[in-house]
Amino acid sequence: MALTAFLEISHLRKVYGDNVAVSDFNISVERGEFICFIGTSGSGKTTTMRMINRMNEPTSGTIKINGEDVTKMDPVKLRRRIGYVIQNIGLLPHLTIKDNILMVPKMLKWDQKRMDERAVEMIKMAELPEDYLDRYPSELSGGQQQRVGVVRALAADQELILMDEPFGALDPITRDALQDLVKDLQERLGKTFVFVTHDMDEALKLSTRIVVMSHGEEVQVDSPEEILRHPANKFVADLIGEDRLIQAKPTITTVGQIARPAVSIVQTATLREALTLMHKTRVDTLLVTDPDGILRGYVDLEVINDHFRTADTVESVMNPKVFYVRQSAVISDTVDRILKRGYRNVPVVDNAGKLTGIVTRAALVDMVYDALGSGTSNDDGQDRSTDGPRTDIGTTDVKEGAHAVDPTPDDKEEVPANNGHLS
Amino acid sequence: MQGMNLWQQLVYYFTHNGQYILDQFNRHFLISIYGVIIAAIVGIPIGVYISRHRHLAAWVVGAANVIQTVPSLAMVSIIMLGLGLGVNTVILTVFLYSLLPIIKNTDTGMRNVNPDILDAGKGMGMTRWQILRQIELPLSLSVIMAGLRNALVLAIGVTAIGSFVGAGGLGDIIIRGTNATSGGAIILAGALPTALMAIISDGVLGYLERHFAARTQ
Repeated sequence: MALTAFLEISHLRKVYGDNVAVSDFNISVERGEFICFIGTSGSGKTTTMRMINRMNEPTSGTIKINGEDVTKMDPVKLRRRIGYVIQNIGLLPHLTIKDNILMVPKMLKWDQKRMDERAVEMIKMAELPEDYLDRYPSELSGGQQQRVGVVRALAADQELILMDEPFGALDPITRDALQDLVKDLQERLGKTFVFVTHDMDEALKLSTRIVVMSHGEEVQVDSPEEILRHPANKFVADLIGEDRLIQAKPTITTVGQIARPAVSIVQTATLREALTLMHKTRVDTLLVTDPDGILRGYVDLEVINDHFRTADTVESVMNPKVFYVRQSAVISDTVDRILKRGYRNVPVVDNAGKLTGIVTRAALVDMVYDALGSGTSNDDGQDRSTDGPRTDIGTTDVKEGAHAVDPTPDDKEEVPANNGHLS
Repeated sequence: MQGMNLWQQLVYYFTHNGQYILDQFNRHFLISIYGVIIAAIVGIPIGVYISRHRHLAAWVVGAANVIQTVPSLAMVSIIMLGLGLGVNTVILTVFLYSLLPIIKNTDTGMRNVNPDILDAGKGMGMTRWQILRQIELPLSLSVIMAGLRNALVLAIGVTAIGSFVGAGGLGDIIIRGTNATSGGAIILAGALPTALMAIISDGVLGYLERHFAARTQ
């Protein structure tokens, strides 16, 4: 028995006269995914989305939801199972917010008590006050109306939600808030979203996968990270825009990718062994792990010197307070923390706490330098990260953590090498 | 009646024939409203239909326009040839005159419903009937109401002429006045209530129109 995806579209094609709107569209969507269709106008993204709830009928090809072919279903019943949000909101102006929210439950003939409860639940989900239920749409702002539009699509527990540029007509601040709302609903409720947009920022922010479309063809289907890192062709790269490609590096590079090998010692080793290792690798600090490689702490030369005669194992003298980052963490999130605390180096661990490497300030410098290499972007965030390492690189007042032996600040080739061996 | 001025005569007529005037007033109003209601029953579906079949719209509205150009006295007389004297002839005339504003406004109202709202309704799984009843008709109600208002005001005027074919109504009083020597007061006793009826109908339906419009902006 083959496992079928939640939404399976294969060889979908839509032709208007001589005009091919969509040609051979294929995608397989798992439950809980957030899929963005992005493309220029006329790329067929809206047409494709509207074929899912049969607002447009496909010329050929199949769309299956939970293995059921939608073209064989009653379109009215099908649409009641699928949430639908459009750009211009489409609330019924002559009905109260409550009646608007309950449109589909009413069509499905829920009992009144269940509908009353549902309306309250939904208005809370939209983060609007409960007394708004009795108001009319014209009494709400555009952003509030679209919040109602979004929860209306969820009111009957629809598992699949289609959204056609729902936030295109809203101001940037409202749009941001609604994007957060939608993302939260997807993550919390596990709904599957198919979202049409022409705004790349929106697609990158929301989606688990992006479908880039052009002239009815799928150009690239990938995660936002992959699209940013490896745009399939010039069209995709243009759509992303140079600015975002540059910004993308710090935002999507994970700590693990820029980590270097760490010098570490097992906690049961003797201080003499530690000193020998330091001498051999020319570092002044060692990271300490247990026999399984789990990070436990660090020892530096000063401590070894003080306790060389009195203690025998590294474990008894190590400092267990060590700041570390996870290798899966995104650099842009961690870079500030690393820089602010003034560490020269920060150990990197995997999810099990196992030491996998070390991030040096020099590596951060390299990364920011690469990102700004073209010299086109002057983004605030990047300026900040540039300033950090460049001004701090020669200072010696590192308060805590592992120290490198005498890094030579001016030599870009030397710095990472030395730092890499530090611990 | 000698030695009274026009207003005194009018007041005299009202006090002595109050019940008669009221009866004619009711009769007049009912003839008008029956014609309009039948026109609404026929015209609104036609309006809905032509709003969806655009190629028919020009023909239907054109035909209704032709009816409108026939003078009402001529129309009443022509229909009398078929239906004979009596109230039915007048109701049919009112019906024919009311068709144009009702069909035209229904068509306009339906076509002006925001297509986004229709798209949302369809996309959420409404049937065609539900879309018509829950979206299109409520949202075009104020425009349809404006058509009914036009039709009713027009109908009140047409009904006055209907007295020539023996339908009764306030027109009877007016005709009696024109036939009498110095019948000015009697003419006014028929004409003033007719005008009042038209003004009140216009006001009431205008209020309803605005009421529906406010909810559907």
